[in-house]
Amino acid sequence: MLDLPFLAQTLSTLAGGIPLTLQLTALSVAGGAVLAFGLALMRTSGSVLLDFPARFYIFAFRGTPLLVQIYIIYYGLSQFPALRQSFLWPFLREAYWCAALALALNTAAYSAEIIRGGLNSVGAGQIEAARAFGMSRVLAFRRIILPQAIRQMLPAYSNEIILMLKSTALASTITLMEVTGLAAKLISQSYRPVEVFVCAGVIYLALNFVVARIFAALQRAFSPETREAPAALPGTRIKADCHG
Amino acid sequence: MQYYQLMGFGPDGWGRDMLAATGMTVAVGVAGFIAGILLGLCGAAAKLSRFASLRMAAEIYTTVFRGVPDLLVIYLFYFGSSSAISAVASLFGAEGFVGAPAFLTGAVAIGVVSGAYQTQVFVGAVQALSKGEIEAARACGMPSFLLFRRIVLPQAIRFAIPGVGNVWQLVLKESALISVIGLVELMRQAQIGAGSTRQPFSFYLTAAALYLLITFVSGLGFRALEQRAMRGVRRAA
Repeated sequence: MLDLPFLAQTLSTLAGGIPLTLQLTALSVAGGAVLAFGLALMRTSGSVLLDFPARFYIFAFRGTPLLVQIYIIYYGLSQFPALRQSFLWPFLREAYWCAALALALNTAAYSAEIIRGGLNSVGAGQIEAARAFGMSRVLAFRRIILPQAIRQMLPAYSNEIILMLKSTALASTITLMEVTGLAAKLISQSYRPVEVFVCAGVIYLALNFVVARIFAALQRAFSPETREAPAALPGTRIKADCHG
Repeated sequence: MQYYQLMGFGPDGWGRDMLAATGMTVAVGVAGFIAGILLGLCGAAAKLSRFASLRMAAEIYTTVFRGVPDLLVIYLFYFGSSSAISAVASLFGAEGFVGAPAFLTGAVAIGVVSGAYQTQVFVGAVQALSKGEIEAARACGMPSFLLFRRIVLPQAIRFAIPGVGNVWQLVLKESALISVIGLVELMRQAQIGAGSTRQPFSFYLTAAALYLLITFVSGLGFRALEQRAMRGVRRAA
């Protein structure tokens, strides 16, 4: 009943799509993070002129399906001859860059709200105290607000990265052969949807697991005060380099 | 052709088609959403049950369907049910590939995925109840079912509304993916229009605006519902 050779072959074919899936995730998360940081600063600036455009951007990108966003960029932009002649066209012609751009713009909208939540979570008393010590706004932001905000937003941000990892599947609709694209091709060749689904599912769950572990480690690294002091158990010795 | 003519209701306009497709998007979304609520209720009941095997099964369900791309799930259901239907059809002498009905497959796929999210929402809502109230109800001698009906359910519904609203937004956006299996909803209609007029930007942007309209209006609806459900709750100023 269980066709192990087929499963093994499917798994190795699908594994060929992992690099592309990871590249798209990394590109879009990195690009999205920069944009999201800017949007979050606009949202927390207190100026209506900055707040309103950021608010609209977030509303528009969170309220429409990612598939529409990908299609607008990949198919839609070709409607404008001016754009086709511009220096951007070599990039916007490529499905790869269009997918990365759409994913980055999309995740920026979600991440901006996560970052804003993190920035707002830092107590006003701490910021006042930093200002009272004579720290400049920038210094207080760098030393007091940012480290705590990062720690606060890590769990939500790890969810967002896992969502992005899953969203890269939509790149297969514009010809990119990442894991889901290869899976769809295999299904239509072999007519064995369940086996292919199981193999692709295992790959995605494994990738999600790795992301979750990395973020759990980051979370620990950013919260030194919540770690237990290394207790000397009977029969064990604390390594000297713990103090370094 | 000007944009307003293209999307208008004149002889060459696509307005009527786009609106009909919007209706289809809402219809398939609502069908999948309701299926998801039913599955989510079962999933939550399993996760909160006394039996380890049920808890385990629900855990696997939510982990798999929240961790795997929705598109993959849609392919699974489409090709899975199509090959089952083709096998049955070949018994009756039909040959080749018989496609599964796109609306049903799409709604089921969305239902299964959103059910995994709903499970988490409902479990969270039940766990948000204060233990003291349940103990008090027990101490008053309420049997389990009465306790569930009078104490747990009314409050859990209240706590679940924001989460359920989020899942609805998710469902709506997910419904765009059903275009890949050929259901003529908003996304597919935009593809058809873009293909035959060579004005892809106009069509996809219109589709985006219509999606935005649905999410905005339904967002207002859920907020009103939440306010109504919370009207008896005193909030610290």
